Amino acid sequence: MEATFYIASAVAVLATIMVITRYNMVHALLYLIVSFLAIAVVIFVLGAPFIAALEIIIYAGAIVVLIIFVIMMLNLREETVTQEKTWLTKEVYVGPALLSVVLLAEIVYIITSGETTSVNQPVIDATAVGVSLYGPYVIGVELCGILLMSGIVGAYHLGRQKKKIVHRFLEKIEE
Amino acid sequence: MNTISVEAGLILAGILFMLGLISVMIRRNIIFMLISVEIMLNAAGLAFIVAGARWAQPDGQVMFIFILTMAAAEVSVGLALILQLYHQLKTLDGDAANKMKG
Repeated sequence: MEATFYIASAVAVLATIMVITRYNMVHALLYLIVSFLAIAVVIFVLGAPFIAALEIIIYAGAIVVLIIFVIMMLNLREETVTQEKTWLTKEVYVGPALLSVVLLAEIVYIITSGETTSVNQPVIDATAVGVSLYGPYVIGVELCGILLMSGIVGAYHLGRQKKKIVHRFLEKIEE
Repeated sequence: MNTISVEAGLILAGILFMLGLISVMIRRNIIFMLISVEIMLNAAGLAFIVAGARWAQPDGQVMFIFILTMAAAEVSVGLALILQLYHQLKTLDGDAANKMKG
């Protein structure tokens, strides 16, 4: 089980590095799916099979498909790839990357400076999660419902195309 | 026997969060910035899962479900905003949106 964890972690990190260095958006999304699947393996090994299934279904399924649909709707062409190449140059990414690596080194130092503990063995299945979700956390479930509702309404309101009213007198004034 | 250390899981979450943070800083394309935010949210959820597995409690998984819900709502609103921005400005440049200065 330990080897599975480390191999899946390596795959997740490599796939995420590929995501953040691609110029083509669809290639980045394909690597993002690989990254989510690897993280699902990690979560499964850590003893949360229900969450691993949710990770695959919602992240790798729904969210990535949503982004792909938007990319298809925008009808992006080859020039976006060349534009991305001009935007993502070396002097842009070296500074933030180096500073972030410093922060990561600090986090790693803080985490490893304590005593080492291993993950407990028992697998927490969907029953325990459901009992907890609808027991002490039921107010959170209701708030999630409100959040999703406002998300739907917000997406509909923002995504609506406003009908353009053409008026000849107004157009004359603008000219 | 399960001998994965908690530190390894937390460090993995930290690495993934840092990669998302780097990407959201170096990109100008707003779709890529949205993808990076997804990576960061996923890393935060992974940290919750590791902590929940450490204490053998379901609370970490409950928090992951809440983060998942929030990410889904955020990506739908964000993509609607991106569509509007692209129709208005005909570009995906994140810097172009400051042309709206009053």
